[in-house]
Amino acid sequence: MTYIPHTDKDRQEMLAVVGVDRLDDLYEAIPENVRFPDLNLPDPISEMEVTQELQALSEANLEVFHTSCFLGAGAYNHFIPSVVDHTLRRNEFYTAYTPYQPEISQGTLQATFEYQSLMAQLTGMDVSNASHYDGATALAEAVILALNHHRGKRNKIVISPAIHPHYRQVVRTYTQGMGLTITGDEKCETEPKDLVKMLDEDTALVTVQYPDFFGNITDLSALGEAAQASGALFCVVINPLALGMLVPPGDFGADIVVGDGQPLGISLSYGGPTVGIFTTKDKYVRKMAGRLVGETVDSRGQRGYVLTLTPREQHIRRDKATSNICTNQGLMALASAVYLSVMGKQGLRRVAELCYHKAHYAAERIDALKGFTLWNKHPFFHEFVIKCPRPVAEINERLLEWDILGGYDLGQEYPDLKDHMLVAVTEVIAKEEIDDLVAALEEVSND
Amino acid sequence: MTEPLIYELSSPGRKGVSLPAVDVPETTLPEGLVRVELPLPEVAENDVVRHFMRLSQLNYSVDTGFYPLGSCTMKYNPKVNEDMARLPGFALTHPLQDPDTAQGNLAMMYALQDWLMEIGGFAGVSLQPAAGAHGEMTGILIIRAYHHDRGDKGRNKILIPDSAHGTNPASTTMSGMDVIEIPSDARGNIDLDELKKHCDESVAGLMLTNPNTLGLFEEHVQEVIDLVHGCGGLIYGDGANMNALLGVVRPGDLGIDVLHYNLHKTFSTPHGGGGPGSGPVGVAEKLVDFLPDPVVGIVDEGDEDKPPLYGLITPVKSIGRVKAFHGHFGVILRAYTYMRMLGKSGLRAVSDYAVLNANYLLAKLRDTYKVPFDRICMHEFVAEGHWDDAPDIHALDIAKRLMDYGFHPPTNYFPLIVPEALMIEPTETESKESLDVFIEAMLAIAKEAREDPDTLKSAPHKTLFGRMDEVQAARQLVLCCRPSYLDKPDNK
Repeated sequence: MTYIPHTDKDRQEMLAVVGVDRLDDLYEAIPENVRFPDLNLPDPISEMEVTQELQALSEANLEVFHTSCFLGAGAYNHFIPSVVDHTLRRNEFYTAYTPYQPEISQGTLQATFEYQSLMAQLTGMDVSNASHYDGATALAEAVILALNHHRGKRNKIVISPAIHPHYRQVVRTYTQGMGLTITGDEKCETEPKDLVKMLDEDTALVTVQYPDFFGNITDLSALGEAAQASGALFCVVINPLALGMLVPPGDFGADIVVGDGQPLGISLSYGGPTVGIFTTKDKYVRKMAGRLVGETVDSRGQRGYVLTLTPREQHIRRDKATSNICTNQGLMALASAVYLSVMGKQGLRRVAELCYHKAHYAAERIDALKGFTLWNKHPFFHEFVIKCPRPVAEINERLLEWDILGGYDLGQEYPDLKDHMLVAVTEVIAKEEIDDLVAALEEVSND
Repeated sequence: MTEPLIYELSSPGRKGVSLPAVDVPETTLPEGLVRVELPLPEVAENDVVRHFMRLSQLNYSVDTGFYPLGSCTMKYNPKVNEDMARLPGFALTHPLQDPDTAQGNLAMMYALQDWLMEIGGFAGVSLQPAAGAHGEMTGILIIRAYHHDRGDKGRNKILIPDSAHGTNPASTTMSGMDVIEIPSDARGNIDLDELKKHCDESVAGLMLTNPNTLGLFEEHVQEVIDLVHGCGGLIYGDGANMNALLGVVRPGDLGIDVLHYNLHKTFSTPHGGGGPGSGPVGVAEKLVDFLPDPVVGIVDEGDEDKPPLYGLITPVKSIGRVKAFHGHFGVILRAYTYMRMLGKSGLRAVSDYAVLNANYLLAKLRDTYKVPFDRICMHEFVAEGHWDDAPDIHALDIAKRLMDYGFHPPTNYFPLIVPEALMIEPTETESKESLDVFIEAMLAIAKEAREDPDTLKSAPHKTLFGRMDEVQAARQLVLCCRPSYLDKPDNK
């Protein structure tokens, strides 16, 4: 199946109009010695066959519906109301391109404006862009904004070790050609108050996660004030779902808030695509990378929306652009806008509280087990760290026998946290599943 | 036709979703950390459905009609791809679960890496980059890392033709390199004399879009590549235009060292109103070790009774991660479905008919619209949307008038080297009939330009919205609906 509608007659007529005899004749500009390679690719198959093949392949995976998933670490198994995917399946949304022609793109534009509004208000900030690729790349863009804000005069980034390891790696990848000092994440126990001491006149940005990678939630006001005093920008990496119940980072004096929107109605899908949230204060709007939708009126006096402040962007500014980002994560931003709309004020708060209560019940019960200790010293949201009596990989392998997907092995990224498991509990986990986990852990530790 | 904002549909106390009761003992909420205000809308499920349904109806899309947006490859997005990406066995997998329990995902990704290598003529592929521009940045970082690894740290210049996508220079700057622009010659190729002047030991590489943004295959591609290689530089290929090259020529065979693919263009994954895309990067043998972390590899070959075991592998000199987790898996899966169905012969047919459709349009339009570099084109071409005998009419007016005829306009004002550019890319999934109706509209508009220019200047007329005041949008920035917004009487 090729999705090509041409009949033999069409082809002949069209070739005649073009003035060549055969399709091959269209390629004479291509060097003959490399033209028409014989590719080693499979033969075509039908739609029926491909669905059978992929169904079989998908069944080679373990998935979270048939297991109790206690794995989080930046990707969470939440309930997604049916409305969300039904909206994403609207052909007019998913088969449109970037809304360059506003007269026939008001659906995408208004939905994006609503996404921007929802994100700004959820995070307690003035403005949001139309989104970045994911939380990690949004953090890298925050670093670049801070460097531009200081016009290259400040070259130090202070970064908490309790920011998702992948996000910290992405920041380092993005900035490897920029000659920066990135510090603060050398030891896993470094807390926000310890970062205060690292701020100096060379610091362009200080960034922490909230709730942090270990689940902790702490008051960030003091760090916000210290950042302001030192002239560094203050960026907070959030889990947007947690903001259903937590004080938004805007209240702590954040200059930039970034995060991954996956918890808001986006399926796990092996980690992507998701959506990168980026919100900031009005005063940084012209330095913010990424697409922006603004309100205006049309020639008939109707309220409408357009892409705005485009002179910042690469198709006009080229090498002087604020970023190379060309698109946003349109459809994923739409998913989170639909999710927040249908959840609403009461629903989002409720989901956040369900996560919170269930996680605390689980933590308390596991902490009571012999050999397992709760590591967190602060309040936490829906994730917590358990020091285990055996290697986490061994425990997780045993938990699979109970159809339980165990938590994240922190020793992979934090050598000091060998045998420490990061456990996530979301609203989809029932009390019985937590009780099963506790029973399983008890059995595993007694082996 | 204005649709209210979701906030304007809100009514205090209304709920859109039912959620279960708490089934565990409750814990005190953390003191001082609980928010007081949560300014989200309060709407019913039905409100949400109708609201977004009505918004969707304000969009034009590929599934609405012909969308010849040059350089964007707006081909048909097969529906089976959507269903495959939603199979629970894929959609409900966690990115950090043990790779041993995600063998279906990894086998699929490994096969796609393999096919992209084969199509591009490369020795390695990373599926991690999230979009084309992201792949570009990845590629430039790989080039930089390669030179640094060899101790060759003085190479900080990237040569970029003036016809290149704007992302090329922006990606270069982001990677900490300097941009040198190379002009085009009279036939739309890279100006070889200008290129020679810049080829020295400070060159890290050249970014080549081929077919270029005029839709033309570079006639001196081998000379260009040899010149840059001759001074020690590498060639970055912008694969945005791969739709013309499947089974026709492999960029790696031409000597291109690194190239990004756009799965959302060439391999039929939907554009989603501006994302998510996917921009895998293919590299020559000498760059394989620098690919982003991780790539999918075989960790145990297996045997007759046992399938191979796939794993996630960090290349030894990797530039690092470019995003969290493993790329846009859901998009990658759609592209896999497409390539698996089309197979070798189907993929070649894609390019054949994409190029045939473009040349057919070109042949039918060239007497009416000036085509500045007129020769056999590849999958797209650029015409000028301006006539000396209709001086008030610009490319923008033609674009807007096309909406009245039921089409999405071509890309306009790009590439910058053609005045009043209309960049037209029909793709292979459009029938002769649909091209003929478009041709009729283009010819009718050319006539209107002379006889009734005011109709063009004020177009579109039949769309639900007229031209937007973009100056007001930029001057009086309203970027989000704040509480104060809802208090203003004229916004209700």
